[in-house]
Amino acid sequence: MLIKVNGKEIELSKGVNISEFLIEQKVEMPEYVTVQINEEIIPKEQFETTIISTGDSVEFLYFMGGGSI
Amino acid sequence: MIVLNKKYFEEILKHSLSHLPNEGCGLLAGTFEGDKKIIKKVYLLTNIDNSPEHFSMDAKEQFDAVKDMRNNDLLLLGNFHSHPSTPARPSDEDKRLAYDKSMSYLILSLEDRKKPVLKSFNIINGEVTEEEIIEGENDNGIC
Repeated sequence: MLIKVNGKEIELSKGVNISEFLIEQKVEMPEYVTVQINEEIIPKEQFETTIISTGDSVEFLYFMGGGSI
Repeated sequence: MIVLNKKYFEEILKHSLSHLPNEGCGLLAGTFEGDKKIIKKVYLLTNIDNSPEHFSMDAKEQFDAVKDMRNNDLLLLGNFHSHPSTPARPSDEDKRLAYDKSMSYLILSLEDRKKPVLKSFNIINGEVTEEEIIEGENDNGIC
């Protein structure tokens, strides 16, 4: 099935949940990744239960934060 | 090294001053010319921590910025945040949360409000190296 990942079309062999998808994409430190599907940010606690479907537009990026102390 | 036009420095400064007493933050986009990172756009983001000691970028704004970069053939080259009352050097938290080895991490110190200090760092596995900032001379950020 075809999906869009960070603006580029890719083929997935089957529907996977977000956690499986991040492993498949070899994303380092997936615990610090924020994911958006079709413009909606998916809470981390839903990564295991949210299945990526044909035609979905998936975006992911690293949380950015820090501090001065 | 990173090439930053004065107008982008001023955008970062103005944004950071407007967030006092809290930290300000944002993203830097541009292109490569050889090993030089040429900054061509600054995205001013919301610090959702609303804290003088911490920052977390608004995720929705981050996604919007990255999509805008893609639409304008720009690359995400770095980010910035301000230290309202400490020097321009990465804190332990900054080092711990620097996941992207290719990014430039810019810190603007407002410790002395009359003499703001902007520095850029590469942070790889917690190891910090200061990166030279060169002032660009025209709107394209080219030296």
